[in-house]
Amino acid sequence: MIEVVGLGKRFGDTQVLTGIDAVFRKGRVNQIIGRSGSGKSVFAKCMVGLYKPEEGKVLFEGKSFHDMDADEKRQVRQRIGMLFQGSALFDSLTVLENVIFPLRMFGAMPKSEMEDRARECLKLVRIQEKDDLFPAQISGGMQKRVGIARAIVLEPQYLFCDEPNSGLDPQTAIVIDDLIKELTESLNTTTVVITHDMNSVMETGEHILFIHQGRKWWEGDREALLNTDNKELIEFVFAGSLMRQVKEAMSRRS
Amino acid sequence: MGIIGHIGRYFLLLRETFSRPERAGIFWRRTVEEMDLLGVQSLGIVALLSAFMGAVITIQTKTNIDSPLIQSWVVGFATRQSVILEFSPTVISLILAGKVGSNIAAEIGSMRVKEQIDALDIMGVNSANYLILPKLAATTMINPFLVMISMFLGIFGGWLAGVQSGVISSDDFVMGIQTGFKPFHVTYAIIKTVVFAFIITTVSAYQGYYTRGGTREVGISSTRAVVYSNVVILLANLVLTRVLLL
Repeated sequence: MIEVVGLGKRFGDTQVLTGIDAVFRKGRVNQIIGRSGSGKSVFAKCMVGLYKPEEGKVLFEGKSFHDMDADEKRQVRQRIGMLFQGSALFDSLTVLENVIFPLRMFGAMPKSEMEDRARECLKLVRIQEKDDLFPAQISGGMQKRVGIARAIVLEPQYLFCDEPNSGLDPQTAIVIDDLIKELTESLNTTTVVITHDMNSVMETGEHILFIHQGRKWWEGDREALLNTDNKELIEFVFAGSLMRQVKEAMSRRS
Repeated sequence: MGIIGHIGRYFLLLRETFSRPERAGIFWRRTVEEMDLLGVQSLGIVALLSAFMGAVITIQTKTNIDSPLIQSWVVGFATRQSVILEFSPTVISLILAGKVGSNIAAEIGSMRVKEQIDALDIMGVNSANYLILPKLAATTMINPFLVMISMFLGIFGGWLAGVQSGVISSDDFVMGIQTGFKPFHVTYAIIKTVVFAFIITTVSAYQGYYTRGGTREVGISSTRAVVYSNVVILLANLVLTRVLLL
């Protein structure tokens, strides 16, 4: 479980996040939604320790991350898997070497076992046949899958996904969403997904947090999201024509 | 950020860099790879420059001291001193700052803008140590060899050009390079080379590591890496010469 208490982040004179409280439980897909520039990626980067917040705390299983010493932080980070918006695969390593990388750095197993484990993860994300190619030789969707395989290879307790569907066609986006949901259930991870893709929210979002102007504006589940009367959230959620049609269909039914 | 801020952040980066590597095996393997990339692959340009510069130094020295009062072996002496004391350690390091420094800044800068450094940090890998220390170990170990090869080829180029063009006899040139030879001058050149290798690697890595933005900013970081490395090398050259030779 990850708890966020009164999180605030500033860049110079610009206050990006203000007083955010949230609890992300394990075994479910927690989604952080909001417009571009609302502060959701900064929020995620504060949670994983890439940014140090000026106010508040991020607690991993009750322990404040930013109060930990370097070794404790490293231990927590080894339990975090992260899928980046641009996949962040290492260009000069093959697909298999990218997935093996965390095992080489922190695993204590023979090379053959590392390869078996990496291939197992690639199989899980259904991309095992591309293991000897370089990231530049595979598509964006495949890169995301390799990114997921690398994120889960050490069996993380916490899985962070930053805009997992950006730049993907709708079909591939659904595959990625399904993968994240499956892995959350099978590995029982605390999964946090940063997105502004409403299809993804409706597909996998079990606990949804809406960030607006750097503040937590709304929190709830999919059902509550569709019935919300929060003006800013309605503007965000029903901006697309598909979601407007869903809303109209719901009104007609009721 | 002001210059004091940059200096402070540079030393904080060095502190991160000089921690114990996560895996010694991976560190040494990466160091050998970097020795090849940053050192061995610079051998061609170093050899070419050294031979030609040695040749030019010999011919220019002869044309400038063409006097019956000065013995002809002085040409060999001047070539040796120029090559060992200044050309090989300093000029070659300035050239390596252009080749190796831009390579380091561009590689690390690209990794930064593609979030690969963030990925390393989130995995719990000390990214500064993992990326910079092998490069630093490689350049500080391999550059002295490059400079020694440069010294040899510079003097050899001078001999060849001098003898072939008829400006000096082989015996006079050899006598010149043997006259008043102080082994400490080679030590001094090696000390300078190691310090310059440290400067090239760390200044360039600093520029790459703190790149923000996209490909344009990676280009800017590479340019800055070369310019700042050169400036710091020139300052360090003056300080080291003052401390070691006077």
